[in-house]
Amino acid sequence: METGQQILNAISLGGIYALLALGLAIVFSILHLINFAHGELITLPAYAMYGMYLLGLPWVAFAAISILVGVVAALAMERIAFRPVRDASPATLLLTSLGLSIIIQSLLQMLISPRERAVPQPDWLLDSFEVAGLRVQAVQLLAIGVTIVSLVALTLIMQRTRMGIAMRAAAEDFDATRLMGISANRVIALAFAISGLLASLAAILLLARRGTVHPSMGLLPVLKAFVATVLGGFGSLAGAAVGGFLLGFLEVALRAWLPQDVAGFTEGILFAIVGFLLFLRPNGLFGRAEVVRA
Amino acid sequence: MLLAVDGLTVRYGPVEAVRSATLHVEQGETVALIGPNGAGKTTFLSAVVGLLSPTTGSVAFDGREITGMRTESIVRLGIGLVPEHRRLFRNLTVRENLEIAAPGRDGEEEDRERLLERFPILRERSDQLAGYLSGGEAQQLAVARALVARPRLLLLDEPSLGLAPLIVDEVFRLIGELREQGTTILLVEQNAYHALEVADRAYVMRTGELEGGGPADALLDEQELLRAYLGGGL
Repeated sequence: METGQQILNAISLGGIYALLALGLAIVFSILHLINFAHGELITLPAYAMYGMYLLGLPWVAFAAISILVGVVAALAMERIAFRPVRDASPATLLLTSLGLSIIIQSLLQMLISPRERAVPQPDWLLDSFEVAGLRVQAVQLLAIGVTIVSLVALTLIMQRTRMGIAMRAAAEDFDATRLMGISANRVIALAFAISGLLASLAAILLLARRGTVHPSMGLLPVLKAFVATVLGGFGSLAGAAVGGFLLGFLEVALRAWLPQDVAGFTEGILFAIVGFLLFLRPNGLFGRAEVVRA
Repeated sequence: MLLAVDGLTVRYGPVEAVRSATLHVEQGETVALIGPNGAGKTTFLSAVVGLLSPTTGSVAFDGREITGMRTESIVRLGIGLVPEHRRLFRNLTVRENLEIAAPGRDGEEEDRERLLERFPILRERSDQLAGYLSGGEAQQLAVARALVARPRLLLLDEPSLGLAPLIVDEVFRLIGELREQGTTILLVEQNAYHALEVADRAYVMRTGELEGGGPADALLDEQELLRAYLGGGL
């Protein structure tokens, strides 16, 4: 009973990490950019929802608009911040994303507030009901449903559509993809749009869990998503999804089993376990060692 | 003139990998560009298709200046490049490798079908990952992938590299066929003897400098002379 409850919790939390990890991985696989500003793709949609709440709009409108904000923000990041430095070294790209993250957080602090702001969630979202002897919250079901639909849709896009195949090709050899007449800008923009879409879905689910917005609310989730991506094997999409779920399970298990007085160290212990796993498999669970072309 | 390269110089930092190279290819011609490893042949091709930007010089395709254009736009104008080492998408299936080539052109489905007729081994292996193809099969896929776009000019970069002698013969037979069908080809090769045999004209590149441009036969005779007297060619 208790275990079933925890598993449900782990799947819904792991799903959120998986959505974030996939977004990071899809951009990394093509641009070799670890996008530290990915956290802001959670924060900006969440603040959009805060704005909708102030305007008195219904939750469904919140959700729809926040997704739009997430996608537009991701595309704008690519166009304004990353495209000018696309051919620069990975370190430059990394620093650009870090700078971008700081700028957005500072703007939110100055223009709105450095403090947390409450965004009350509708009652139905937090209501719980009984399914097969388990107490289930609507937001948990929503998280699981959104994750499943996103994973299936992303798989279909990557496997069946031409742009999806082009994105996999670009992840393998970007110049060779351009030699096929495929527009580099379009492939990269699509990767960012997908990462923004997934991040804004995660933002809706995270906001339902925490009920407040804060300028640096994206930091910890993205840190965990980054860890999930590394755990799965950087650049592998399946690895990112599995890593996300694994991290969700580990976190929920630690929360449930750790004695009260060390509960504050959950994150630290979590990262230590992941560090050990990476010691065993340095390229991640699904990663392959870099293959040198003959 | 289908391709006209004029005074092309490409630099890697302080090193001039290609120095003031001038070359042209007429419609329907097969032109060989031969020279030893490291002479700058691949750099030259990369600059033609816009993967590298030249320091000076210009490239014109069918009378239109293409210097500084994006690679994907140059390719869509009708230049196909089969890159050195083939660079297939190894984690994609054979079919997917062909599918992503030349998106959104009329009649591409039929063209793809025709290519599978022509390279039956690719149809047989269409659901396998390209990374598992043998050297000869991989080279066929690399050429087929470039042909999907119906290029008016085909650039081949070391198509015989790393292949067994029998497969090399097969590849040159394929180049001969393409030539018969009127495809305009610029063939870059270390394997001078084979390249000169299929080419109409030939250029020689040594340490970044391009010379020649005369009939391939003349160079071939010279090659045979060198071979006879010195026991080796270029």
